[in-house]
Amino acid sequence: MSLTNNQKTFSKDDDSVVVVIGSGAGGGTLANGLAQQGFKTVVLEAGALHTTADFLADEWASFGQLAWLDPRTTSGSFRLAKDFAGLPAWIVKAVGGTTIHWAGASLRFQPHEFKALSTYGKVPDANLLDWPIDYDELAPYYAKAEDRMGVTRTNDIGGLPGNNNFKVMHAGAEKLGYSCNTGHMAINSQPRDGRLACQQRGFCFQGCRFGAKWSTLYTELPEGIATGNMELRPESHVLKIEHNDEGRVTAVIYADKDGNQHRQKARVVAVAGNSIETPRLLLNSASNRFKNGLANSSGQVGRNYMRHMTGSVYATFDKPVHMYRGTTMAGIISDESGHDPSRGFVGGYEMETLSLGLPFMAAFLNPGAWGREFTNAMDQYENMAGMWLVGEDMPRESNRITLNDAVKDAYGMPVANVHYDDHPNDVAMREHAFERGEAIYNAVGALETIRTPPYPSTHNIGSCRMSEKAEDGVCNSVGQTHDIPNLFISDGSQFTTSAAENPTLTIVSLALRQADRLGKMLKEGAV
Amino acid sequence: MSLSRRSFLRNSRNALIGTLAFSNGAIALLAPSKVWSMPLDSLSKAEGETILELTRHIFPHDSLEDAVYAFVVRDLDKAASADPGVASLLRDGVKDLNQRAGGDWAGLNNTKQFSHVQAIAGSGFFEKIRSTAVVSLYNNELAFAHFGYEGPAGDGGYLYSGFNDLEWLPEPPLADSGVLPA
Repeated sequence: MSLTNNQKTFSKDDDSVVVVIGSGAGGGTLANGLAQQGFKTVVLEAGALHTTADFLADEWASFGQLAWLDPRTTSGSFRLAKDFAGLPAWIVKAVGGTTIHWAGASLRFQPHEFKALSTYGKVPDANLLDWPIDYDELAPYYAKAEDRMGVTRTNDIGGLPGNNNFKVMHAGAEKLGYSCNTGHMAINSQPRDGRLACQQRGFCFQGCRFGAKWSTLYTELPEGIATGNMELRPESHVLKIEHNDEGRVTAVIYADKDGNQHRQKARVVAVAGNSIETPRLLLNSASNRFKNGLANSSGQVGRNYMRHMTGSVYATFDKPVHMYRGTTMAGIISDESGHDPSRGFVGGYEMETLSLGLPFMAAFLNPGAWGREFTNAMDQYENMAGMWLVGEDMPRESNRITLNDAVKDAYGMPVANVHYDDHPNDVAMREHAFERGEAIYNAVGALETIRTPPYPSTHNIGSCRMSEKAEDGVCNSVGQTHDIPNLFISDGSQFTTSAAENPTLTIVSLALRQADRLGKMLKEGAV
Repeated sequence: MSLSRRSFLRNSRNALIGTLAFSNGAIALLAPSKVWSMPLDSLSKAEGETILELTRHIFPHDSLEDAVYAFVVRDLDKAASADPGVASLLRDGVKDLNQRAGGDWAGLNNTKQFSHVQAIAGSGFFEKIRSTAVVSLYNNELAFAHFGYEGPAGDGGYLYSGFNDLEWLPEPPLADSGVLPA
């Protein structure tokens, strides 16, 4: 518990503190940003504190250690509802949140992706909207985030050395005229910022034992604590946000590890619980005044939940690859990430190497499968290369997080139901991406290619989106909710659209910007 | 390599016991002895053997030792000990399979066995075995050795032990890759 041993603590009756709910990419970054400016900040994290020394080189054991396994339910036509009905998302419940698990890909959104509605036009059955901020507004914060996170191929930081899985992707890309490199990764290629260089361990998803991959666990959180302005409370699961007669939030109720409930007063509350828990908390905080939940006058809380178009292609060869050795996301092809409607869909996608260990390959290759086709693929594990396909999915009002009153969590609160139907645009994009992924591997002599369906979502976005007009979304361009001036959304829930790129860099950039803006508001007494 | 290698030794009432079929495989190198045994608490030896055989049909890897499939039986046996519902699901499932086979499913030839497996696919019994096996069969060090996965051996990192040792494709240019850390 060294991280929290000597930290400053604040009274639960101190109503001058900013309460940040969640310690991941959004919450951890915002909290440090506020603490650096001298504002008293209390971070409530539902999960426990693990150190890098705790991380396990064992996929199932690590999953049990880190994953958010509280009950959730699913509905809709997406395949996950069948394959993993109780596990719609693979995210982390621990100090540091999903920055422990993420692969490190740190790509900026493209300028046109902030203007999805203007660029793509109206798409039937989609709820597209332009972001209330544009690329130029966010660019300085992207630059700041890249420097803080040590993103390769920025700030004169060299690329990571490519592993075997990268070599296969790169050779295939060459044949097809794609460009491919080891990407913009928030993984140290050289020692930097007091953290080691990547040792090519290959357990990126299980937490980086060497601390080479950026995580708030060993960057933002200790920095914030060191200011003396921040208190981190692990195993503090927020159940409800309270408000006063003026409709301003005043406190949060949370349960500690023994289930005892506490009330922490607050001047400002910032919610960063990931795109499933954030809307769930707003909905579970419904009151006489806010009968549909907090900040929900638009009815948009929980709606426009996005999870990216995803899929994977694995290919087998007549010689060994050992794809699991080294960085999980070791190579990226961005040539299909632009907007080119001649392909039959709007938006674009990235191709990024991915590998799974043998246990998770069995679990995810083709969930539910059995028999020779499955085992023939597993037999070739050693000679397998793999990539993940990740692209923009369409926001839809009907893809949403709701409360499932029939299922309660350990504290008696309704759990989140995740409803998702693939949009025809998502389906068309996935088909295109599968075909291109297979072409890359076939170009270098694949014996067989295998299309793997989406994994439980690590990219959970939207659900409390930012919008120019109050009736179109939940928060403004700073993440401040339209309805409640001292309530902020501080995670990927804010995203108006998903863009093609992995979300963490944009979550961090938005959090850095929010810290600036909120700091100004706090100074001026605006909140 | 024939199926007759599954000659369980018959001297125990509550354990699966077998001998390794491949004397020079990756697993044989790890195993302290050619003979292996897996004690059972809840399932009978006959039930355990039937479930092992059934698991071989669900996830057929012809050259994978019974000793690895035995991990699936072990985990099902543990689940049966912890939950009487699982115990009866497995016991009734084995009984049902034998009834379908006219008394002794394990005594049928491989093709006939498989036709009964197809018939029960999707049943609660089948799914319990499949969903347990998809974890247990591939989540142990013997399986890692067999399939060529290094598992926890990678904990120290492959930076100096083969992360980029693939030589059958052209080396990517340095500009697309990167140098090793200093």
